[in-house]
Amino acid sequence: MKAAVLVFPGSNREGDVARALELVSGVKPAMVWHADTALPAGTDLVVLPGGFSYGDYLRCGAIAARAAIMEAVRAHAARGGLVLGICNGFQILCESGLLPGVLVRNARLRFICREALLKVERNDTPFTRRYARGAIVRFPVAHGEGNYTADATTLKKLEDEGRVLFRYVMPDGHRDDAQVLNGAANSIAGIVSEKLNVLGLMPHPENHVDPQVGPTDGRALFESLVGVLEKA
Amino acid sequence: MIPSEPKITPELVAEHGLKPDEYERILKLIGREPTFTELGIFSAMWNEHCSYKSSRLHLRGLPTKAPWVIQGPGENAGVIDIGDGKAAVFKMESHNHPSYIEPHQGAATGVGGILRDVFTMGARPIAALNALRFGDPKHPRTRHLLAGVVSGIGSYGNSFGVPTVGGLVGFHTRYDGNNLVNAMAVGLADADKIFYAKATGVGLPVVYLGSKTGRDGIHGATMASAEFGEGAEEKRPTVQVGDPFAEKLLLEACLEIMEAGCVVAIQDMGAAGLTCSAVEMGAKGDLGIELDLDKLPCRETGMSAYEMMLSESQERMLMVIAPGKEDEAEAIFRKWGLDFAIVGYTTDTLRFVVKHKGEIKADLPIKELGDEAPLYDRPWVETPKQQRIDPASLDITATVPGALERLIGSPDFASKRWIWEQYDYLILNNTAQRPGGDAAVVRVENGPKALAMSCDVTPRYCEADPFEGGKQAVAEAWRNITAVGAKPLALTDNLNFGNPEKPEIMGQLVGCLRGIGAAALALDFPVVSGNVSLYNETNGRGILPTPTIGGVGLLDDIEKMATLDFKAGGETILVLGATTGWLGQSAFLSEILDREDGAPPPVDLDLERRTGDLVRALINDGLVTAVHDVSDGGLLVALAEMALASGIGATLAAPPPEMNPFAFWFGEDQARYIVTVENSAKALVARRAELAGIPFAKLGTTGGDRLNIAGERPIVVDALRERHEAWLPIYMGAGLM
Repeated sequence: MKAAVLVFPGSNREGDVARALELVSGVKPAMVWHADTALPAGTDLVVLPGGFSYGDYLRCGAIAARAAIMEAVRAHAARGGLVLGICNGFQILCESGLLPGVLVRNARLRFICREALLKVERNDTPFTRRYARGAIVRFPVAHGEGNYTADATTLKKLEDEGRVLFRYVMPDGHRDDAQVLNGAANSIAGIVSEKLNVLGLMPHPENHVDPQVGPTDGRALFESLVGVLEKA
Repeated sequence: MIPSEPKITPELVAEHGLKPDEYERILKLIGREPTFTELGIFSAMWNEHCSYKSSRLHLRGLPTKAPWVIQGPGENAGVIDIGDGKAAVFKMESHNHPSYIEPHQGAATGVGGILRDVFTMGARPIAALNALRFGDPKHPRTRHLLAGVVSGIGSYGNSFGVPTVGGLVGFHTRYDGNNLVNAMAVGLADADKIFYAKATGVGLPVVYLGSKTGRDGIHGATMASAEFGEGAEEKRPTVQVGDPFAEKLLLEACLEIMEAGCVVAIQDMGAAGLTCSAVEMGAKGDLGIELDLDKLPCRETGMSAYEMMLSESQERMLMVIAPGKEDEAEAIFRKWGLDFAIVGYTTDTLRFVVKHKGEIKADLPIKELGDEAPLYDRPWVETPKQQRIDPASLDITATVPGALERLIGSPDFASKRWIWEQYDYLILNNTAQRPGGDAAVVRVENGPKALAMSCDVTPRYCEADPFEGGKQAVAEAWRNITAVGAKPLALTDNLNFGNPEKPEIMGQLVGCLRGIGAAALALDFPVVSGNVSLYNETNGRGILPTPTIGGVGLLDDIEKMATLDFKAGGETILVLGATTGWLGQSAFLSEILDREDGAPPPVDLDLERRTGDLVRALINDGLVTAVHDVSDGGLLVALAEMALASGIGATLAAPPPEMNPFAFWFGEDQARYIVTVENSAKALVARRAELAGIPFAKLGTTGGDRLNIAGERPIVVDALRERHEAWLPIYMGAGLM
């Protein structure tokens, strides 16, 4: 698998996701600078990491969505190439129009770093095939603006098309939109594009891959990607 | 803008925080009246914060050496060898006064400053901690200060990308007018690639890097702003404004140009900004420095030399660049979008010369600026000793379970989850022990080594007996690091006190330093960096003496790390160390009986060391399943914390009949740990303790969902958790989520 991790000024989880990819695939991903205009030849997967791109003093992800490298990312996605945006990466994907909706400030207006329970809504996507359908997994969140919002039509479309891939749930496995930790509409934690090749999610699977430092529920997401790409 | 330079008058000298005899010293040193800019430079170099003039004499007594110490105090941060060619670089520093004036930015820039101290030395920050003290929760300003400080720390660390993994938070009315923000950072570097401030080589370019210089923080540590009224409307507030994004870029750019071999010397611009950094680089290298302020990147127009020299704008660095490397260094900085300007040169004159618009604004002997700073042997008096409290003399109406419930839900003991969930404690994916344990544990790269770190001090003890309190602060940090299985290696101290011109306050400083020194020596736990914050006083009343100790230790194998949660039912609970029922200055006395008196518990440093060495060996040999140090709150609070962390209860025997039960359960005797042991290991652990000569006693057995103390009402763990978790969110008006 050839993976490329984008690095914007202010990205800060690029190392974490690069480590997770290497742990699972045995191959170091390419690190691609925001001012570049092309992805390395043969890139299968583009990862937009977490962080505070350009400081995120404006709307988060808004400047990064206009970075030079994003043209190449759009073209890659249009060709059906895989794109994974985590946290700030999800915000950038929304701002760049690759995914619908937007991430606004957490309902309680505070940054929150906590383990969250998520339901894997389907396992017939390149990102989730190593999970059981309906599995409850534990990924940490670490964000101040992870409150997913979209208009009613968009939300209905996402639900109708089964494009909500990860959803925050309570310990009993059911969602509770009134209790969700950041206020996200329909308890949405992660969504995919129509062609199922672009995933944006707020929680950090890359921080739950290594038993030395915590749970390993995030590992299967990266294993799913490696498996898909090895078959291809 | 200052239209013309004011005349030097006694009033102006006083406004710069310089005493008449200090001004006389300046006149004698330079043989003429200083210029306005020079007066500013002297005030910056000779204030308490930069010169340590009240504490220097007494800091000399601290042990600072060990075979593993690469760099002790005197540089931006201390450096210790952790093996495999790696070094840990760390320091703690206060940002108390700014955090009271503007809590969010004050705390944020405190974090920024300490991170910069660490990466200036060539280390990538891998962990941040903070020790916070606030006033009485009932004080009208406390909530505002707490909310602002926490959001400031979070916003800076989270954006910069360093995990904030631990610390402490305490409340006491003596901090009503002076909250404390002590920020600690720990970095990782190659042991043979440490960078220092010392400049070498004549005629080399002095380069300015990072953000532009503005008018923020000009009055800095030295002045009240009063007499600068004419320019006041154009000045930013005296508290600096942090930009974690700029700092993150500065970090990456600095590490990149260090790696490229461009850097001869480097110093961050912290307190007293350009003045302090330039003087230190020159003075340490026996060189002069000549600065041309026309080249300085400025954020606003019309800044005077005085303002540029004293600005404390954040996210700035000064470097001496290796010959012929200017272009390479500049290209790296431009890539990161940062300012880069050659603002001067090293000289062989030993003079500090500042030019601006064709005029020489300052021309001072560079070494004397630091070396000739005043040094005071301030008068001090010893704190009177207090009597040991006899538990039998106490009139206690509480019950043991009732007292535990109150303590565990009180401000000092209640869960600080509301705070630490606002910090990203997971970034970098090396956090092996998250907030809430005895010490934070952060893996070194891909392991198996890890660093353990902890911040500790019990200000009540320090006030009652500075010597014992100083010892205890060091011992507790050492104990917390030991309790996760790590070997404590070195410490940084952040000494927060009131006005040192009062003999009784000076006596607290002297006493605490002697205690810190004694414990550091006995425990082989040298002081490698630190910071002194004095004049923490409002309306003539000082804070409790608060010498915060930040300890760092090394865990050879992260797989052997111990944690405090009970692991299973049916295990034996032991306390290692002697329980005498010491209630003087205890949390029980303060919280339940509303009195803070008596002698604090003494620390037997020999027993402390032997007990810790035994516990560490037991952890390493896999003989104990859970470990927790016993500190304030005593045995029962420690047991409750182990139960809360696991959801597993315990059945506990009644105290020995000769002991007062409150003294037994809540006494704060030092050098104690609670461990749990599987049945198969019981005999072996007992034998090991006997061989080591460490007293131990069985407290009970784990299991169930409540704490059952013989003869007392059972305490349901889940109900206790509700109390533990409730106080802070409700206090902050946030509801229970």
